[in-house]
Amino acid sequence: MAQIDKVFKALADPSRRRLLDRLHRENGQTLGALCGQMGMTRQAVTQHLAVLEAANLVVTVKEGREKLHYLNPVPLHAIYERWIEKFEHNRLGALRDLTRRLQGDDDE
Amino acid sequence: MSKPSFVYVTYIATTPEKVWQALVETDVTRKYWIGPDPTDRGHVNVSDWKPGSRWEHRRNDPAGTVDLVGKVVETSPPRRLVLTWARPRDAANEAKHSRVTFDIELQGTVVRLTVTHEDLEQDRDMLEGISDGWPKVLSNLKTFLETGRALPQSVAKR
Repeated sequence: MAQIDKVFKALADPSRRRLLDRLHRENGQTLGALCGQMGMTRQAVTQHLAVLEAANLVVTVKEGREKLHYLNPVPLHAIYERWIEKFEHNRLGALRDLTRRLQGDDDE
Repeated sequence: MSKPSFVYVTYIATTPEKVWQALVETDVTRKYWIGPDPTDRGHVNVSDWKPGSRWEHRRNDPAGTVDLVGKVVETSPPRRLVLTWARPRDAANEAKHSRVTFDIELQGTVVRLTVTHEDLEQDRDMLEGISDGWPKVLSNLKTFLETGRALPQSVAKR
């Protein structure tokens, strides 16, 4: 599966999006801390985190005996550039052309 | 040391040597180090990169205004670079420096670049600037190394 497909697949699940929100609120959490907030079994949270890690949306850092989970926004930024900024840019461009045409009409 | 504030990872189809060069060579940094601020015309990194030396993050304009300074903590080309990171007015006050580690690791045919930013708690504004800036800079770095094209500075968008 291409990397971008993994990102969209990971984001398609509401529990996984909730995990990302939790990490956005507090970055660098242990599995135990994340489980406490999710109301899900440890096994389910572990599986969701594995999907997020495979998509590079979550990265882990070993801190002593703990494994801390971090939100990695880099793939989200790539989606923003590829799928949002581009269209936004076109829309702004269309608006600019329209303005120019209308101003041109005024001159005639 | 407290736990890291941010950990960013990007995979780049290139070599560790090219990533290293992109971090430390002034003429290479200017081709991609453009933050999210629309007025940002890019930045360059300047240092001799010896442990204990000063490094500067300067604006890519004729004045070369220094926006960030710090000390080189560790230099292990092409694997690991550790720097402290501060506003110029805090240059002498190391308690206000945060710490950035670049880990460059070859994984098969791609390079895994990890940027870890620690000790940012003392400075909320810096923390916010950082969290906007790194994803943009890393994404630009990936594009630059994979396509070989420099990013157009004047049209650097959000």
